Amino acid sequence: MLDEIFLEDPVTQAPRRTFLRNTLATAVLVAVGGTGLLSPHRALAADWPKDAFTAKKLEDAVQALFGSGTLSPSASIKLKAPAQAENSAQVQIQVSAELPNVDAIAIFVEKNPSPLVAHASFSGAEGYFSARMKMAQTSDVVAVVKSGGKLYSARQNIKVTVGGCGG
Amino acid sequence: MKKIFLFMVVLGVFAATSPAAMADPTTDLKNFQSYFKKKFPTVPFDEYANGFYVLPGMGTYREQWMLYNEFPPLELGLAIGKKIWETPFKNDKTFASCFKNGGKNIAQGYPYWDEATQKVRTAEMDLNDCLKKNGEPEFTDLDKDQNTRVRLAELTAYFYSLSLGQRIKIDVSSLGAIKAYEEGKKYWWQRRGQLNFACANCHMDLAGKNFGGNQPLSAALGHTTAWPAQRLEWGRIETIHFRYMTCNSQIRAKSQKHGSEIYNNLQFYETYMSSGLPLTAPAMRN
Amino acid sequence: MATDKQTKIRTKTQDGVTDVLVLVSHPMETGLRVDPKTKEKVPPHFIQKMSFFLDGKEVASSDLGTAVAKDPLIGIKLKGAKPGAKLKVTWSDNKGESASEETTIS
Repeated sequence: MLDEIFLEDPVTQAPRRTFLRNTLATAVLVAVGGTGLLSPHRALAADWPKDAFTAKKLEDAVQALFGSGTLSPSASIKLKAPAQAENSAQVQIQVSAELPNVDAIAIFVEKNPSPLVAHASFSGAEGYFSARMKMAQTSDVVAVVKSGGKLYSARQNIKVTVGGCGG
Repeated sequence: MKKIFLFMVVLGVFAATSPAAMADPTTDLKNFQSYFKKKFPTVPFDEYANGFYVLPGMGTYREQWMLYNEFPPLELGLAIGKKIWETPFKNDKTFASCFKNGGKNIAQGYPYWDEATQKVRTAEMDLNDCLKKNGEPEFTDLDKDQNTRVRLAELTAYFYSLSLGQRIKIDVSSLGAIKAYEEGKKYWWQRRGQLNFACANCHMDLAGKNFGGNQPLSAALGHTTAWPAQRLEWGRIETIHFRYMTCNSQIRAKSQKHGSEIYNNLQFYETYMSSGLPLTAPAMRN
Repeated sequence: MATDKQTKIRTKTQDGVTDVLVLVSHPMETGLRVDPKTKEKVPPHFIQKMSFFLDGKEVASSDLGTAVAKDPLIGIKLKGAKPGAKLKVTWSDNKGESASEETTIS
């Protein structure tokens, strides 16, 4: 059984050796690779969804992350974020999904060079996720929630004014 | 720049008047604080310790700031400052041994006029002095060495945090103190730089105004209560002198040196003008 | 001390719901920023994974990217976590650095 495999460093693409705890899962991953037997969303714990994080368009990022692009807007997703950010590099957003069995929440800034900001999957914690993020410009922030096998979304515009008497 | 100048003219920015040259500090203080009471009648006095966030029209910033304060990043720098404060010197003494009351509940008296040396002394100076007295290297090259200056800022921030909530009480009674106070006051009211602003213009006349939609100007009342502070802009805790330096560059005026006598005297004047306000340092700012 | 890596956790339980906030000192470099001294782009350096364990069982796992803020704050909520329960947070970044911090639910 393989107890070590070579993964690509997600950013530099240099080979990076890593020892994985579960050798069986490792072998399965190596054998199965991208055949889709494992949904990209729930792949091996050590895996980082590179394609989702490097996708340049919101739809592509959602597709890469969840394996599906169909979003149903839902009023049960509460976004708490400022209408005008005080500082574009420190924008705090809170997402509350008042839906049953929330599997995951992902936060996207539509107009960022790579829209996916962060993604959380839950195996016991509540359907809630909060993060401080960077925004390149005024944009909608979009929260996508996976619940009961479906994807729901909510969006809100956040205004960003660049410039400041920074010094 | 021209836009800002015209903006200022339109607002009648030259309204705030410099106090009479030989008025005593107590009278200056009364006039300074009542200026703000008149300008912002709905803002309770103690709230001025919370910066521009408390001024009318700043609600959206205040909300973000309050959420931010549930776990502000300055906690990281403050933890470093605490570690520096608590780590014994080679001679087994600690910073606490250099200060009255072990350093607790004394920061409200800083900066202070030191009769012995006939100079204003800041917390940064006393902390450095403590290192010197105990055979340890001081924090130096603060103008250029950001890492060192930030370590000192974090240590100073921790020192101030030991006096959280204490109300500013500066002694300006001796002749020497009054002279230093007058020099700081003169600096405060003097126009400088390409933009020809005085501290008073932005932080009295224009306090509460928002340049370009996202550059809110703070009221001078309460200024020093938050420092050392962490600006979102910088992402680290910094000293008040660093803020003076960057403020000078913003109006295209010559910056003085970190720790210079004029900045010490300015800090002395500014702090006295916030007499009675509670310390909130270190605090998050824009 | 300049590279002091800290992982701080705050928890607050009210009406059976625990707010968990994690603050990490981390540069979260995007790889786009130019170092003013070297004039070179600072390579990406960011937390990729942050996981949460309650009494040893994983309750949440997050993937983070470069758009997460410097000195990031990440928050989750737990229901029915008893005061005194052990909460562990682990994270790893793209350079292979990692950390683990534990606290008890309050």
